Parts: sequence; structure tokens; C-alpha cells
Amino acid sequence: MKDIILYPLSIFISIFEHIGKYFDLMFKTLRSFRTWHLYLDSIPDHIFSLGIASLPIVIFTGLFSGMVTAVQAAYQFESGLIPTWYVGGIVGEAVLLELGPMITGLVMTGRVGATIAAELGTMRVSEQIDALETLSFDPVSFLVMPRIVACAIMFPVMIIFADLFGIIGGYLAALSFMDVSSFDFIRGLKSWFRPWSAIFGLIKGFFFGLTITSIACYFGFYTKGGAQGVGKSTTTTVVVSCLSLVVLDYILAALLL
Amino acid sequence: MIKIKNIFKSFGEKEVLKDISFSINKGECISIIGESGIGKSVLLKSIIKLIDIDRGSIFIDGEDISLIKFKELQKLRSKFGMVFQFGALFDSMTVEENIGLALQKLSNSDKLEIDNKIRESLEQVNMENTNNKMPSELSGGMKKRVGIARAIALNPEYMLYDEPTTGLDPIMTDSINNLISKFHNKGDVTSIIVTHEMRTVKDVSERVVMLYDGKIRFDGPTEDFINSKDLVVKAFLNGDSSFKENGVQ
Repeated sequence: MKDIILYPLSIFISIFEHIGKYFDLMFKTLRSFRTWHLYLDSIPDHIFSLGIASLPIVIFTGLFSGMVTAVQAAYQFESGLIPTWYVGGIVGEAVLLELGPMITGLVMTGRVGATIAAELGTMRVSEQIDALETLSFDPVSFLVMPRIVACAIMFPVMIIFADLFGIIGGYLAALSFMDVSSFDFIRGLKSWFRPWSAIFGLIKGFFFGLTITSIACYFGFYTKGGAQGVGKSTTTTVVVSCLSLVVLDYILAALLL
Repeated sequence: MIKIKNIFKSFGEKEVLKDISFSINKGECISIIGESGIGKSVLLKSIIKLIDIDRGSIFIDGEDISLIKFKELQKLRSKFGMVFQFGALFDSMTVEENIGLALQKLSNSDKLEIDNKIRESLEQVNMENTNNKMPSELSGGMKKRVGIARAIALNPEYMLYDEPTTGLDPIMTDSINNLISKFHNKGDVTSIIVTHEMRTVKDVSERVVMLYDGKIRFDGPTEDFINSKDLVVKAFLNGDSSFKENGVQ
């Protein structure tokens, strides 16, 4: 009985402990910017492995999310009351505002977040992080800071690719499966286009990049146990990142739109 | 000199170290032994502040490590070299990069000096021509030797060895023991070895500290340890588990 009462309380305390430790790690990451010049050379490697190597997935998901949006928009237009050239506008706005950043964020949670958590978790359980400390390195500067910087740079770039290929996907689907001409699609796209939508998407990308990477670094860095601990950290990273993105998406929309 | 004063460490409900106090003099070679899970590695890692103790103090050359700031801790750690149980080599880097990383990032040495230092360190552990190998291509013993090379490349004053010979065949154990002795005798190095391998204790160390039930059971010269009349020590030396069932305190 006592355990049943105490269990939710212990979860509650544990969540606050995690939040405290997360912000402590972020503070240490900010502090580590003082020695950024020592670790500058590792940032391009992370930009490549976490960012550029992820572009095929970003392009693939972007392309199909645009195609689905076009097909579903057309399905709504079956009544004939709404002109079909609206499809371009709907695809453009949906992709720039929501689908590009959000789907990229969710996919990158699996691709980038899980990779970082597994890498750092493995380093933790195999004492590589301890070894770094004994060699007088600051492991936060060496491991966390370059990854966060790389993702903060690369996420907006990924969003640009997702947006571009999302619109191309929508265009291809509209032309292939619907009675929409190329001219009509571009007309809709142009008439509904607002530059702020694209900028807002990039801002979201930047914050999503910071969120996913910092959460992954946190769970990876503080992994406990062996292989099971690494698995747990990776899973927790994906779950917490996905939930955080949804909440952050709402907060940014409420603040900036 | 390292001075450990009344330290305590618990993990959850389990009290691992209970009021441990002893000193390690400069140039000494000491083995910390005891059963698996008794807290030997915890004690070793506490010395270099990889693990924070709950209570007590650890003084390194007169400086209380529980009170020092992060920058000072980093400076203090540069006096130490540590060899981990499974090598703890950075698996995304070659042998050469593993050894050269700290030299490259944290010292003012130029490339030629760093290359020479890497070559010298690898020669000392008989691992020449492995510069470009990845850790995944090395055996357990080779990983430990590269781990030693990485530690000695920085000319530490204190060498910490966490189970350096555990899981190795007798020939490789002898080779690692010889390396520890060689490096210990070479300079004014203080060596602290955590092990439960009696061969390593006999071959290498001058003094033994035995942990039992979170406390120091024995602290003295290796010869006295081997000839000790203490029932727990004798049981450990003979590998006799029945003393626990007989309720020896």
C-alpha cells in the first residue's frame, strides 16, 4: 500500500531530478564555449555524420509528406466548390509551417537523437568518458558542445531541404494524380506564400535541433549500466524528444505566429 | 603523497566504503585488493574524483580534492595516468590518435614531438607498428597495453591501474606486470593497482591494502600480507569461500 502511494511521488521527484541535471549539463555546455577553439575541428565531422548524412532521409520524408498533403487536399476538394489551384497554396503553407520542420524533427529524433544517445551511452559504460576526464579533458566540451553546435547549424539546413522537396513532392503528386496544371499549382503556391512561414519553419528547425541534441546528449552522457542502459537511454531519448518537440512546436507557434 | 581520510561512499542503500583512511607515499607501489564488488574501483576512482565521495577527504599533494574547482581539478588530473579494466580506448580513433589526443589538444608540443612521444610510448609497451589499428582490431591484452601507453605518454606522477590483468592469460599477465614494474621503476612514479590477482600483487607491489566489508582489513608490506595469520586474509589468499559461511568477522 505504502509503495503504491510512494511510487507516483518517486516518479515526480525523478522527473525533477532529470530536469535539474539536464539544465546543469546545459550550463556546463555553455561554460565549455570558452574552450571552443580546442574542439572546433570536430564540428565539421559532426556536421557531416549527423547532418549531411541525414539529408537522404530528410529528402525522402519531405518528398512524401508533400505528396500526401497534395493528395489529401485534392480529396477535400472533390466537391468542386474549391478551385484546384488552391492545392499549391495548401501544400506550400502546410510544408513550410508544419510538415517540413515537424516531420524532419521527428525523423531526426530517431536518426540523430538515437545515434548520439547510443554513442555517448556506449562511451559512458565502456569508461571512455572517464578516460577523457583522467586525460584532463572536459568531456562536455569534447563530446556535447560540438554535437549541439553541429545540429544547431544543420537542422535549419535540413528544414530547407525538407521544405523544398516537400513542395516538389506536392507538385509532382498534383500533376500526376489530379487535374491540376503546373501553372495552377505555382499560382496557388505564390498567392498563399508568406515569407514569415518559411522563416518560422527555420526558427523551429533551429530549436528542434537544440532540443533533440541536448536531450540525446543528456541521456547518453548519464547512461548507467551496460548494454541495457544504453538501450534504455536511446529509447528514452526518442520518447522524450518526440514529446518535447510537440510541446515546443505549440509554444513556438503560440509565441511567433 | 595521497592521503585518504575517513571516506564514506554509498550507492543507494549499499554502503560500499565505510570510514577508509590510509596514505600513499611518493614513489610507492601499492595494491588495493579485495573481493569483486567490494569497492576497490570506487576507491581508485574517488582518488581522481571520477566518483564523488559522500564524506571524508582525499588530499593529493596536500590539496583537498573535494574543495577544488573544475579548472584546478583538470590541472591536478594531469599528474595522473589511469589504465582502465577494459582499456577504455576511444573506439572511433586509431591507436595513434588515442595516445596523441591529449598531447595534441592539451600540450604545446609540435607534431614532430607528438609523433616521437607516440612512438616512444608504443615501443615501451611493445606495440610498435600498431599506430593505425583501430581498438576493435586489438585483443584484450593489446588494448590494455595501448591503455598503458596512452597513460605514460603524459609522464604522470601517479599511475592508477584498475584491474590491469583481469581476464588475461598467464603470459599476458606477466607481460603487463613487467610493464607496470618497468614504468614504476623508471621514474619517481607512484603506482596504485586495484586487483584481485595475487600474481600481480606478489610480482609488482610493495604494499597491500585489503578491503573487506567496506573497511580496511589489512594494510602492510606484501610479504606480511602473504604470511598473515588473519583468517579473512588467509581465506582470500587460498580462495576459500567457506569462511563467510563460518561467520568470520
